Amino acid sequence: MSPHHTAPRTAIAKIWDRHRVLTQDGTDLLYIDRHYLHEGSHHAFARLRETGRELRHPELTFGVADHYAPSSPLRATETTATMIDRLKRNASDFGIDSFGIGDPRRGIVHVAMPEQGLTLPGVTVVCGDSHTATHGAFGAFAFGIGASEVAHVMATQTLWQKPVPVMRIRVTGRLPAGTTAKDLALAIIWKIGTGGATGHAVEYDGAAIAALSMEERMTLCNMTIEMGARSGFVPPDETTFDWLKGRPMAPAGDDWEAAVAEWRGLTADPGAVYDREVELDAAEVAPMVTWGTSPEQVAPVDGAIPADANGDSLGYMGLEAGAPITGITVDRAFIGSCTNGRLSDLKAAAAVLAGRSLAVPLLVSPGSDDVARQAEELGIADIFRAAGAEWGASGCSLCVGMNGDLVASGERCASTSNRNFRGRQGPGARTHLMSPQMVAAAAVTGRISDARALLAEETKA
Amino acid sequence: MKPIKTLSGPAAALPRANVDTDQIIPARFMSRSRTDGYGDQCFHDMRFDQDGAAKADFPLNALPEGPTVLVADDNFGCGSSREAAVYALLDYGVSAVIAPSFADIFRSNSGKNGLLTIALPPATVQALLAKLAEAPGTPAQVDLPAQRVTIGNEVFAFEIDPRLKHRLENGLDDLSATLQDADRIAAFEASYFGARPWIRPRKAG
Repeated sequence: MSPHHTAPRTAIAKIWDRHRVLTQDGTDLLYIDRHYLHEGSHHAFARLRETGRELRHPELTFGVADHYAPSSPLRATETTATMIDRLKRNASDFGIDSFGIGDPRRGIVHVAMPEQGLTLPGVTVVCGDSHTATHGAFGAFAFGIGASEVAHVMATQTLWQKPVPVMRIRVTGRLPAGTTAKDLALAIIWKIGTGGATGHAVEYDGAAIAALSMEERMTLCNMTIEMGARSGFVPPDETTFDWLKGRPMAPAGDDWEAAVAEWRGLTADPGAVYDREVELDAAEVAPMVTWGTSPEQVAPVDGAIPADANGDSLGYMGLEAGAPITGITVDRAFIGSCTNGRLSDLKAAAAVLAGRSLAVPLLVSPGSDDVARQAEELGIADIFRAAGAEWGASGCSLCVGMNGDLVASGERCASTSNRNFRGRQGPGARTHLMSPQMVAAAAVTGRISDARALLAEETKA
Repeated sequence: MKPIKTLSGPAAALPRANVDTDQIIPARFMSRSRTDGYGDQCFHDMRFDQDGAAKADFPLNALPEGPTVLVADDNFGCGSSREAAVYALLDYGVSAVIAPSFADIFRSNSGKNGLLTIALPPATVQALLAKLAEAPGTPAQVDLPAQRVTIGNEVFAFEIDPRLKHRLENGLDDLSATLQDADRIAAFEASYFGARPWIRPRKAG
């Protein structure tokens, strides 16, 4: 990454250069504008306490209870209560504004912090969670870190980073009706693999990206970590500014004007050189469904499990090579997570569920209390309940298997979450990743089904 | 962190790609404190059956303890950023992991805790996986100053970031070093926030 501003720069390079405090042996000390915490940050707090250190900037640090937040009081445990309480105590001791149970601002960190207007274009965002990449949807440079780095940011508001190679993923055309940002993300992973962007900061670009809503951009950037990338980034534009304006903690008044003026410059210069470039046509994207134990083990809904599919993965999933994706029976379904727990996701699923009833149990956990409130107001929650779904409280829920929500061993779950890893939803659980409307279609038919067909029936009727 | 110069002990293979951090340590175990140790939980659901007995088909169960040098396939450590994955490997007895490639956050977490991540060419790793499948527990040595790893009678050179190498060899942590530059951070903040006061979150209400 060149410090010489005369050379055309990538958008990431512009943000990087603005945050460089100093350089030692080719490694930069970067300033961090936003630090988000959750219950899992307890290791870092323990380290601060051991060394008697304070937070350098509690006012740039925000916490939220999400990973251990039970989606139902019936599934709360001693562990969930302890972890949520530990965050509350740590936040209070260190002077951090943390959104605990009952706070209307609470939700999954990657849903709630943007809602509050905390994530802004051009800022650096870190959190001890790999899906921090989500915040790149706003034109931020956002990435996940581990506990040691969390402690480092707490004490210094900085991080040591080796200059990151930048990869451009250009998506031309437009997503076809019935396909979503989730399908686009899975299609990219299908093309480049889960190691396809390892170590890179990804900059998205192209007409299909510009056409995405803010929520779709968050879904896409969220899944960018599943390509191995450190971060995802969408150049900020009017869609971004319109979404942010008036948010509780976003700049206001003259500050807003000054901020937008700066944000307009956060696009790559013409001629900027990328370390890697990939291009695909959104028009070719179909609804995607994973069949294995890695997000790259994925196929279009009208496709089949490859003939040469990995035997270990198939054994775990209880599937056979060559079998069609459509028709795989499921035992349950889940809609939620930092990938697909936003209002537009719930709306898309509700469009399929309306007037139908469930064939298998469906758990819905809205991405935040604010999403839940809006879904109630708009009657979306009622559509879920009428179909027979469990309308749970907001949180990480069935995406992460640590808050009481689990899929039983051997059970197959159609899920809007982001990882189909072995045991991710519980020991022995089998996860199929797909979009919210595809999960809704699986939930009402009991098998993996093309949501477009169900939606077309509706139009005919 | 303890300084690292050389390591020696048995090597073993986990011939799998995309070993994610959920497999290294399932999420349900992560509420534990660091001081309580994570070794018994490393690879828990691959290593033990539902009754807690060691699974015969898990290759690392061929050894009485975790291998000092673990060899695995591509994209090791992908997924969740949980640093507990590194604690689990270290507490299980692993001091170095060899793979063709590593996930970014895992690699960074490893460096902060003194777990060596050694990237070797894919063909070399494939050969090692095959060899260790035949002979799990083959003696291995890592010489960090010389950037050399020996497995059985084969020697491989490896690359490491010089800054990380210096920290590992001397047992230094980033944080104490950074705090010595507190003045420069303060100077940066004065000019940075001076130019754009709106970066600070607005106090709501």
